[in-house]
Amino acid sequence: MRDPIVLTVNGTRHETAAAPETPLLYVLRNELQLNGPKFGCGLGQCGACTVHLGTEAVRSCTLPVSAVKDRPVRTVEGLGTADSPHPLQRAFLEEQAGQCGYCLSGMVMTAAALLAATPDPTEEQIRTALAGNLCRCGSHLRILRAVRRAAPPRRNGHKERRP
Amino acid sequence: MSADISRRRFVGTAGALVVAFASAGDVSYWRVMAATDVGGAPRRAAASRPGDPSAPAGEPPLDALDSWLAIGADGGVTLYSGKVELGTGVQTALAQIVAEELDFPVASITVVQGTTGRTPNQGSTTGSKTVQTAGPAVRRAAATARQILVALAATRLGAPVERLEVRHGVVAIADGGEASVSFGALFAGHRFDRAVDPHAPLKRPAEYTVVGQPSPRLDLPDKIFGTHLYVHNVRIPGMLHGRVVRPPAPGATLQSVDETSVQNLPGAVRVVRRGDFLGVVAEREEQAIDAARALRAVWGSGTLGSEAGDAAYEALYDRMRADTAPPESLANVGDVAAALRGAAVQHTAEYRTPYQSHGSIGPSCAVADVRSDGVTVWSGTQGAYALRDAIADLLGVPAAVVSVIWTEASGCYGHNGADDAAADAAVLSQAIGRPVRVQWSRQEELGWDPKGPAMLMQVRAGLDGRGDIVAWDYMVTTPTHASRPGGKASNLLAGQLMGRGLVLGTVGGDRNAPHSYAVPNNRVAVRWTHESVLRPSAMRGLGAPANVFAIESFMDELAARARTDPVQFRLRHLRDPRAAAVLERAADLARWDRRPSPAPRRRGSATAALTGRGIAFLQYENAFAYVATVATVEVDPESGAIRVRRMAVAHDCGLVVNPDGLRNQIEGATIQSISRTLEERVTWGPSGVTSVDWSSYPILTFPAVPDAIDIALLDRRDAPAWGAGEPAACPVAAAIANAVFDATGARLRELPFTPTRVKQAMAAAPVSSVSEGPGRP
Repeated sequence: MRDPIVLTVNGTRHETAAAPETPLLYVLRNELQLNGPKFGCGLGQCGACTVHLGTEAVRSCTLPVSAVKDRPVRTVEGLGTADSPHPLQRAFLEEQAGQCGYCLSGMVMTAAALLAATPDPTEEQIRTALAGNLCRCGSHLRILRAVRRAAPPRRNGHKERRP
Repeated sequence: MSADISRRRFVGTAGALVVAFASAGDVSYWRVMAATDVGGAPRRAAASRPGDPSAPAGEPPLDALDSWLAIGADGGVTLYSGKVELGTGVQTALAQIVAEELDFPVASITVVQGTTGRTPNQGSTTGSKTVQTAGPAVRRAAATARQILVALAATRLGAPVERLEVRHGVVAIADGGEASVSFGALFAGHRFDRAVDPHAPLKRPAEYTVVGQPSPRLDLPDKIFGTHLYVHNVRIPGMLHGRVVRPPAPGATLQSVDETSVQNLPGAVRVVRRGDFLGVVAEREEQAIDAARALRAVWGSGTLGSEAGDAAYEALYDRMRADTAPPESLANVGDVAAALRGAAVQHTAEYRTPYQSHGSIGPSCAVADVRSDGVTVWSGTQGAYALRDAIADLLGVPAAVVSVIWTEASGCYGHNGADDAAADAAVLSQAIGRPVRVQWSRQEELGWDPKGPAMLMQVRAGLDGRGDIVAWDYMVTTPTHASRPGGKASNLLAGQLMGRGLVLGTVGGDRNAPHSYAVPNNRVAVRWTHESVLRPSAMRGLGAPANVFAIESFMDELAARARTDPVQFRLRHLRDPRAAAVLERAADLARWDRRPSPAPRRRGSATAALTGRGIAFLQYENAFAYVATVATVEVDPESGAIRVRRMAVAHDCGLVVNPDGLRNQIEGATIQSISRTLEERVTWGPSGVTSVDWSSYPILTFPAVPDAIDIALLDRRDAPAWGAGEPAACPVAAAIANAVFDATGARLRELPFTPTRVKQAMAAAPVSSVSEGPGRP
């Protein structure tokens, strides 16, 4: 019997009996019941499974659980809640940015990593950051508006405080 | 918005599913409480009122008010809807309609959808028909309920009905001080036991305060916080994970299976074989994936022929052109042959569209629990009752013991793999006697979902000396666009693998084949071909996007031959003021410059981007929503790449229920259709479909999405509300083709408009056409 792999997800420590090569996504969804990250392709092509590993947005469908090591994992459930929404989640609601919603937690997590690193991104930076996140319903323009709304230009003096 | 967030907190924070069953002995005792269903509804009569002869067994009768609405113990209202949320926002629109007629807050309405035995059988959720057909039914039910509740309140308050007013679910005496009673206090937990009154008084649209106002979608908060219940999240006790091992290509038969190839893998792997259906089941999902990969099986060859890629398409179109199936006439007025002979100008063209895939971001998924005493299936199906009957047929059990519980899936744009995945799970669960979850892979979804099929449109027309159309002759060659299960196992993928033959009809390829223009000699026909390499079925708009691509591109070609502005040319041939209104509105929205296409080419750098604008119009199904779309594009003359900069859409679908929801649909239909127009084509070869991931089947990404989509809603408050999920998808391809012609003088007649095809068309374009002055045709 190998030792269980230890993960810290949304601030809580977990042990998993999964085989080391198991993609992180299956541990998050099937063991921890964290349904925010979605299975979309298993190939790292669509972004539906995006989570944060430390400060970085990563594809949990292709990341072996053994590669997480001691870096903290954050899923959309750990980003914000209905009680205490992340500014991006608030902005997505205000823009009604979504239809089927399947891609949304990946969109939010990718955009959150962008804004953490680049608080005042240009339109091109936002589009480039989201280039690997696919949306089939065609909510793109609303998603772009939501990201811009969560990151209003500093020069206008309307910058929202982030928790 | 914050109030909505806090309410939703209680509704579905877990995003999971709780299943309890009172007795394993009778499937009708199953109580399944999805997180979305906490309206506190009274016990549902699973079947019907005693003695009601009109209701099919296991279906809430359509004429009974209790089939549609309930006031829960907590005073909340539950709407039972046979139509389901596919991502389009109909759940919110239907709730708005109830809220309007009942005078009840939208956000306090729970919508239970698509569950056999619990929701009325309103047929499948298809064809942009939910608001259009379910809207009036729900409206009558709500109006009936309001009438009953107000009468009860009159008794309770001791005041005549005429003196009562209802606001937010509270009935009060007008100017009566504090005398009031809420619907909940009046009726919580009770059954109506009344029929829906077709004559219940309805509000006049001029009185509307909820319908016609933007309403935040009920489902979005949970989707944004990651807590929404998708079918992918359904987990039930004892559940195992299954995967289907697909043949290399359609038609390949299973020769042999070596079960020893997986016997040493972890997860207590079981192999299930039923004819050519081959699957594995394991304890953990990743174990099932590994086992499906490792299982050694020998397959025969498939039926996809020997060609691949472009050659396979050329061969297919050759066979379609040569098809001898007798055409079915859709319109035949005047003497087309004679009018063509006498025309001043004759013009002919052929347009082609390829196989395309739904490409839902979440591949199909389902959970099935098949027991000796009953079957339960969780599925994102568009038709719970039709799937129930098909599953019963597949498993060889009576439909009465099968329950289908609709649970939202990833975006649905037509008949995707949802029903097939449900059948896969059911077969595997029946074989091993445990609940099984089946999650399709990306490769399965793009390889095996039913496809929007390839079509061939041939058209010729004649112009008279004034440049008016005197003859129109149109033929579309298409397979059917519908192969839904429809209650039969034969149209489930698992059923076909188990020896049932796919049954194909003749549906949908003729949608919008007739044009809307006034032409004195007019012939329109459809030839239903059996040439379908891949399983054809319904994808957003069925045949309409391809037919509109052909008709509206050809109208543009005729306008150019007549040296007439494309908007003016269309208006000259339209008699319907609502049609003219959307065309003029879209042109205004796009600041259309009235002149013939192509644009006069300015002298300058040979490598500078060429810009152009194009318009296209349709009336959906020649009977419903009117849409006109203007595309503004840039073409890179060196690479041939098209960049859509801006789209302007004028949309008239009658009464608008949720303007923001409608705009969301129009934006989505437009962007998805830009993707289908510029990038999407299913490819195959002898060994199967070869466009099976997002690099071989690319779709539009953020950097290529237009700068803006400008939308004008022509709200017609006193007109019926027509569906809006599909119409705006239809004009996009022609609008872009016409804009490219305007920019370059090159005509694109085959989807998708890849840079290579643009370059080829530009090389073939008559340069003289851009420099000629005005003249007669």
